[in-house]
Order: sequence, then C-alpha cells, then structure tokens
Amino acid sequence: MLRVIHQLFLVLTLTFSVTLAFAEGSSLLNVSYDVARDFYKDYNPMFQKHWKALSGESIELKQSHAGSSKQVRAVADGLEADVVTMNQASDVDFLAEKGLVARDYAKKFPNNASPYTSTMVFIVRKGNPKGLRDWSDLVKPGVQVILPHPKNTGNGRYTYLAAWGYALGQAGANDRTAQDFVGRLLKNVPLFAAGGRDATTTFMQRKIGDVLISFESEAELIAREFGKGEFEVVYPSLSILTEFPVAIIDKVVDKKGTRKAAQAYLDFLWSPVGQENAAQNYLRPRNQEILKKYVAQFPPIKTFSVDEVFGGWAKAYPTHFRDGGTFDQIYQQK
Amino acid sequence: MNGRLRRVNAEPRWLRALLLGVGLGFLFFFLALPLLAVFVEAFAAGWTAYAGALNDPETRSAIGLTLLVALFVLPFNVVFGVAAAWAIAKFDFRGKSLLITLIDLPFAVSPVVVGLVFLLIFGAQGLFGPWLAAHDIKVVFALPGIIIVTLFITSPFVARELIPLMQAQGKEEEEAALSLGASAWQMFRRVTLPNIKWGLLYGVILANARAMGEFGAVSVVSGHIRGETNTLPLHVEILYNEYNAVGAFASASVLALLALVTLLAKTVVEWRMRRENSMLLADLPAEES
Repeated sequence: MLRVIHQLFLVLTLTFSVTLAFAEGSSLLNVSYDVARDFYKDYNPMFQKHWKALSGESIELKQSHAGSSKQVRAVADGLEADVVTMNQASDVDFLAEKGLVARDYAKKFPNNASPYTSTMVFIVRKGNPKGLRDWSDLVKPGVQVILPHPKNTGNGRYTYLAAWGYALGQAGANDRTAQDFVGRLLKNVPLFAAGGRDATTTFMQRKIGDVLISFESEAELIAREFGKGEFEVVYPSLSILTEFPVAIIDKVVDKKGTRKAAQAYLDFLWSPVGQENAAQNYLRPRNQEILKKYVAQFPPIKTFSVDEVFGGWAKAYPTHFRDGGTFDQIYQQK
Repeated sequence: MNGRLRRVNAEPRWLRALLLGVGLGFLFFFLALPLLAVFVEAFAAGWTAYAGALNDPETRSAIGLTLLVALFVLPFNVVFGVAAAWAIAKFDFRGKSLLITLIDLPFAVSPVVVGLVFLLIFGAQGLFGPWLAAHDIKVVFALPGIIIVTLFITSPFVARELIPLMQAQGKEEEEAALSLGASAWQMFRRVTLPNIKWGLLYGVILANARAMGEFGAVSVVSGHIRGETNTLPLHVEILYNEYNAVGAFASASVLALLALVTLLAKTVVEWRMRRENSMLLADLPAEES
C-alpha cells in the first residue's frame, strides 16, 4: 500500500513537471469567444504553414473558447493568453483597464483592430408569416421578439443598440424618442434568453416567438443544426456593424518571448488567405475585393458602428447597460 | 380497539394505483427520459456521425483528461478519508465536532463559489498569484487547478462513508491486535482495512462519479484550453454552444456511460457488502457452540 502511494506521488510530480515543460515550448494560446471555433480551426493550420515559411519554425496553436466576458475575466485572473480574439470591444476594454493590453489596442491593427465584421439580422419563420421587414415592424403589437438579455450578453447589447440607432435615424428623432422605441420593442420580448445559443433554442426548438435577432454569421450555424428550410433571414433597412477586435496580451508575450509570433498571427488575419477564410465562415471580410467575390452570401446592408452613433463602447456601455442606465429605466417602467 | 383489525395495506385500490403511478411517472420523466434523450440526440445523425464525434482529437483529449483527474484525485481521497474517519471514529479529542463539520463543508458550498475561492487564492490577482507567476508555476487554468478543486469537491465522500461504519465496529478488534503485539501498520492492514474495504470502495465509487462529472468549480479554473484543460463536462457545454449538437450529446453519452458503469460497480459492491454481513451473522452461532 505504501509503495503504491509512493508511486502515485511520483507519477503526480512527473505529470506536473511535464505540464510545466510543455508550457515553455513555442506555442501561442488564442483565447476567444464561443462560436469562433470553426473560424480558427480553419485559420490555424493556414497560419502554421505561413509561419513555417516565414521563420522556418513550427509553432503550436492552442485555442480556448467560452462566453466572451468569462474569457476576458479568466485572462485577467491569469489565463496565459498570447492573443485574445473577441466579439465585443467592451471585453477588450476591460483588459485594457486591467493593464493587460495596450490602451490604444484598437489602433495597433487596421480597421479598428477588427479583421472581419458582421451585423444583426432578423431570423423569421418560413414564409415570414407576420411580414416582418424592418425594425419598425418589430414594435407592432402582437409580435413576439426573441433576444438574449441586453445587460449581460453581447448579442443582446448589439440588438439593443441596433434598434436605438435605427430609431435615431428617423425624422425628428432624439434620444427620448429612441428610448421610447426601444421600450416598445422590449415590451414585445416574452422572455430574455441567457445567451445566443439559448435564444436560438427558444426560437427554433421551443417554437416561441415570431423573430429571433442574431448575428448574420450565426444564421449559418443555425441552418447547419436545424436545416435551411426552417427559417428565413431578413435584412432590415439599417443595422449595426458588429466588430470583432483582436489584441496582443503584452505581459504574456514579453514573458514567453512570443511577441513576434503573436503579431504575425494577428497580422495574417488581414492577409487575403485570412480574409477569404472569414468569408467562408460567414463573417464579412474587410478586404473589399474579397467581399465582392462573396456578394451572394453578403447582401449589401446599410450599417452604422458603435463609434459613429454612440461614441464608442466606453461611452455606450455605462449609458445604456450599467445599473441605472437606459435599459434599467425602460425595464422599471415596464 | 374493539373494532375489527384492519389490514395495514388496505388503502383503496385507486389510491395505491395513483401513488404507484406518480412514483413511476416521476422516475420515468425525470430519470429515464433524460437519459434516453441523451442517446437519441447523440445518434440523431447516425452511427458514423456519432463515431466521428467521439473520434475528434479534442473529445478524446477531454475524455483522457477527465479520467486522469479522477486517477489523481481518488488516491488522495482514500488517504484523507481513511485518516479522517479513523481519527473521528476511534479517538476522542477536542474539536472533533468541528472536524466533522469541516469535512462536510464541500457539500455545503456551491461549486462555482469553490472555483472562485481558488481563483482568489491562486489567480493572477489573488493571494499567491504574484509569487506563483514569479516562479513560473501554473496552478489555475492548468491541470493542478483542476485537480485541486476536484479534490476539494470530492473530499467528503470517503470519510462520510467510513465514519459510521468505523464507529459501529468500535475499537475492540484493534485493541486486541495491539495487545497481541501487532505493530500499528500490521494492525491497520490485517484488522482495520479488511473491516472497512467495501465501505471504502463504495466511497471511492461515489467520489469517482462526482470527480468525473464536476462542472461548476472546474469551469471557473479550467481556462477551457482545447485539448489541454477541457474536461468532458466542459466539452459538452462548449460543443452545444457551438451548435454542434451531435458532438455535445455524443460526449454526454460517454459521461452517461461512465455513470452507468459507476452505478454497476456500486451495485456489485453493495451486494458484496450485504453478503459479507450476512455471512458474518451466520458464522456467529457456529463459533459459539
């Protein structure tokens, strides 16, 4: 018995040291949001090839995916990410506040450090029985809208701001009319889902609601699971540009000596190969030529960015989603 | 009491049927149906898709990691559980009830809180974080962290199983062994261990089931690194969130199968325990005569 315990301890210490040694090798950890897996599963081998040609070295790429706010929290708590690839600037802003990424991370790469974009679209039932074409149709009485909670999910926040921006775009509109419009929209939400995936399940499987509001890129994932014939995608007249910011975690790459590789990894996202991969994963590439090539997949839609209408996430977030913000004001009236 | 004696089970037939129906219905809807649903969803796209999902390197690594964690956690549980039960059942000392309460603590605390507590201790912004970072030792978001929280969560099972057993057995046999000149180790191996072996095994099986299935605490400290720190329960959640239902339910079916194997082992152990006990009773009069 004693010998057995002794051997187990030996194995244990051995494994721990192996884990430590493993972490020392030439590798990058990309901490990302949950539905980005398909993109990076395709992208990583492309970069490995590129890096081998560039530096003659081979590199190991590790992925971590989960809800994006949870992910940045883990990075702040010591998850040793070389790079983060997120679906919302407010999450990267959080890391900037903690001093883990540069304050001007958005300027370290082109296009606001977002290599691809998407937008919020409507997913309606086959044949669009309620004839929902634009945001103004969603506030009509009797229409049920499904979306994740705006206070604690990215999709929910983007949807909220998209509706707000649409209302601001109407003639004679101001913040008060916009708040009123969004309030009427929220009245049509029978229940807030806990996340994007939950909202989809509510709409597709439990058959609740007339319209689900989701990322354009996620519509394809929904089709893959539930079949294309089950729903239609409707593009409103105006929607929000959703950006997917990337950043290098300075402290980690300096410690591990992986800055060059991390920089190349993110730079390569803007290469034609990287942009093409975005398009193939239903994310709108920044490269206009490649976007044109996939025009059938990406119908033109007028969009506005959070920066243009709301002065950036750093302003939009506290105004609308902190305690006492416009969401709370609307919800208390409800 | 001058009336006629009523049979104890003389409730009307409809009431008996109703109660039985409610009981069985509950079992079916809350236990059998969900288990069935896991397998139905897992095989929804056919056998090849199922096999493909399980053959995915990340799924295989998640299965391996889950087994590895259980392998590390169980020996600690055995040593800790036996030592704690031994101290509590065979000795009287001050603070004994405090120790019993402490052993129950992991049952009382929510797993997510357990994870957060260990983040506060070992995380980058935590108590030992800076020191650990300076010495390049990774605890959270690596294998050690997963093992530590799982150990914390599963630590009561063996002790809780052994304490009543050892208390019931008393300490006469051990005292006899010692007075006959056995060393402490001999006494433990020849007297104590044979007496508790089935109870010990039972505790280990329960601890194993929990170690493999733990989600909340591990989710906080894992970091979700694919192929490295992603355990099977976490893998199920992530695949589901990625719209990979077949993959998620295929992984879930592996977890369910592990649970069924555990249940089977538990039943066998219980059966052996009962048999040993009845044999013991049957032996007694023969010895006396």
